[in-house]
Amino acid sequence: MQRRILLLYAHPMPHRSRVNTRLINRVDAVEGITVRHLYELYPDYMIDVETEQKLLLDHDVIVLQHPFFWYSAPALVKEWLDLVLQHGWAYGEGGVALQGKYLLQAVTTGGTAEIYCSAGRNRHTVREFLLPFEQTARLCGMTYLNPFVVHGTGQLQTESDLAPHAQAYHDLLTNLASGGDPTALL
Amino acid sequence: MSEPGFFQSALIYLTAAVISVPIAKRLGLGSVLGYLAAGVGIGPHILGLVGDSSSSSEVMHIAESGVVVMLFLIGLELKLPSLWRMRGTLIGLGGSQMLVCGVTLGLGVWLWGLEFKPALLTGFILALSSTAIVLQTLREKSLHTTAGGRHAFATLLFQDIAVIPLLAVLPLLAAPSSVALNNAHSASPFSGMSQAFAILAAIGTVILVGRWLLPFLFSYIANAGLREIFTATALLLVLAIGGLMSLVGLSPALGAFVAGVVLASSPYRHELEGDLEPFKGLLLGLFFISVGASIDLDLILSNPIEIALLLVGFVVVKGTVLASLARLFKFAPGATPLYALSMFQGGEFAFVLFSQATNLGILATDQAARFNAIVALSMALTPLALLAGRKWLKSSPAADKSNNNREADAIEHSSPVILAGFGRFGNFVGRLLKSQGFRPVVLETDAEHVDLTRRLGFEVHYGDATRLDILHAAGAEHAKLLIIALGDEEAIDLLVATARRHFPGLEIIARAISMDHRLRLIQQGVQHVFHELAGSALDAGAQTLKLLGVPAYPAERATRKFRRWDLESARHLAPIRQKDESAYFAMVRERVANLETLFRADPTLAGSQEAKAWRPPGAPETPSSES
Repeated sequence: MQRRILLLYAHPMPHRSRVNTRLINRVDAVEGITVRHLYELYPDYMIDVETEQKLLLDHDVIVLQHPFFWYSAPALVKEWLDLVLQHGWAYGEGGVALQGKYLLQAVTTGGTAEIYCSAGRNRHTVREFLLPFEQTARLCGMTYLNPFVVHGTGQLQTESDLAPHAQAYHDLLTNLASGGDPTALL
Repeated sequence: MSEPGFFQSALIYLTAAVISVPIAKRLGLGSVLGYLAAGVGIGPHILGLVGDSSSSSEVMHIAESGVVVMLFLIGLELKLPSLWRMRGTLIGLGGSQMLVCGVTLGLGVWLWGLEFKPALLTGFILALSSTAIVLQTLREKSLHTTAGGRHAFATLLFQDIAVIPLLAVLPLLAAPSSVALNNAHSASPFSGMSQAFAILAAIGTVILVGRWLLPFLFSYIANAGLREIFTATALLLVLAIGGLMSLVGLSPALGAFVAGVVLASSPYRHELEGDLEPFKGLLLGLFFISVGASIDLDLILSNPIEIALLLVGFVVVKGTVLASLARLFKFAPGATPLYALSMFQGGEFAFVLFSQATNLGILATDQAARFNAIVALSMALTPLALLAGRKWLKSSPAADKSNNNREADAIEHSSPVILAGFGRFGNFVGRLLKSQGFRPVVLETDAEHVDLTRRLGFEVHYGDATRLDILHAAGAEHAKLLIIALGDEEAIDLLVATARRHFPGLEIIARAISMDHRLRLIQQGVQHVFHELAGSALDAGAQTLKLLGVPAYPAERATRKFRRWDLESARHLAPIRQKDESAYFAMVRERVANLETLFRADPTLAGSQEAKAWRPPGAPETPSSES
């Protein structure tokens, strides 16, 4: 079964992001993928709710790709959630538009994986920090997949550092698009 | 002050005005006729409270300052460019009027029995109409902005200018002996060519003073913050100019007009207008009273048939010539009767010119007295003629395609917002307000545009928002906001001045036409000033940045930051713009030079040298290392 992927990419300064740029360039040719740069589309934060909802309906997997800012997503992602996931549409009475879809987060962090654990400086894993997103997905009847995280972006300087991450991201999305079992990613 | 004493004179004049003007107004005769009647009443022939038949010119003297102030105010409303724009009407229509009326009336006077040269001179003097009476009457009836009113104004202006050569020609027509005689008696110490030279020198002085001295003087006084001293300065200025002009033998009124034009581009223009307006009304009233008082009832009553025939002959000839000229110049249908009915009378300059001509021995005293009587009577006839022709005038505007002849629409609904102007700027504001359920009272002066937007479903009223009565009708005293979206800088300034003077509680949102205009409005304390092009120009700039590869969000932030910086700059520059040209340009240069540094230091912008915002912990210092 083919799945259509909606990749919502949010970075306020994309020209400064080496890792995210590398990732997005690697996956934009995945079959059935729609890539949307939220900060390019809505630099004034005027999110077009109708269009966004229509796109959500047309796709099976929603990917939120963004840098990990203050243990969360850049502000426009929050605005997007606040406005697009309307009551009576995404959740609440009659809110069934997103039921059965999958939500995947692709996150880049400056800190290493060791920092993001109960013994580390940040005391929680990235998955734990993303709990609000996970619960949001659940409330909307979506399946929240294990996030794709690239840690320690400061250390990823050369093409040989970056390429494996880009390849892994590509493989993950290709697998999802071609109908691979997403529950393996729970 | 002369015999009755100043206090007593003031008492008499004010009482007469207070009694007769409201009565005349109530009877629908207009204030001018009321003042004239008051003058006749207190004049030497009925109550004898002021002057006697030989010295009524002394009363005229005080009153003339009313005409001086009025012409100064008219001059203020005319910048040189707008004067230049009406040059066609001014010279073509005005010139033809003087020439044709002067020659025709001159021929008439010649046939009546004067010698050719004095007759021609008299013809030209009678060709002049009364600026004071025409403008006051037209304004009172709101006819001054109609096509006919504008033609009348242009003609009057030309006549005011034509007074200079007439005054200059007078000594040349006089017999050599009487010139010498005149020099001994006349107020002017000059004669012939030297007088012409003196006049030019005086006008030059006014221009120089207006250009260089006054801006300095006014900003000095304005900074002192004393309103009454400002008013005093304005009055002093006008009277001083009048004095200077009469010193060189020119009419003070024309001198004041020249001074007004010189000061029309001064930033203190609206202040001057506001300060002098009440004086104008009162002094003009005094002038009309003195015209009334100067009507020589004895002369008229002893030669009733002769005077009546002369008057009828004068009015019919001049009126016919005026109407024919209106035809010739293809006036709009409604404009012709208005032009002829308002302009047929003799002018106040005629009194001055006739007295000069008598002094110079060109005219006999009894001839001049007859002409003076005719001029005064024809002035008194003017409001009556317009009243009689009212139905004619009212019925024609429908045929007049000129926008300005249309009556202002009645405004039924009231709103906390008044939107003045529904053109290229106002329609955006209006549509936005409408989208949010607000119904501003919209005023627009372009009649065709009003009809069009109405057909599109907008409630737009035809009406000139710069007029106080229209503002009242629009509910300005109860409204909270006034959006000034007019397309003309002068109209915007005028409306700002009017609104702030009469409705101080009204918050103003103003459209600025140019950079300088914007600084001026800010400096005047207008709360919300918007450069008419800043919005779309910055949108275009933001789009350009994006197309140049700047990411959309930093481009958006840069644009918004620039918008704020620009506004802050304007607030900063506004106080020194008018004060100190070189300091202003120095500050502009400095701000422009600092602009790039300022924006480069902002970590949220694309060109920033510092990667402080959205920088992951542990990332190296270079901006390119963010994830």
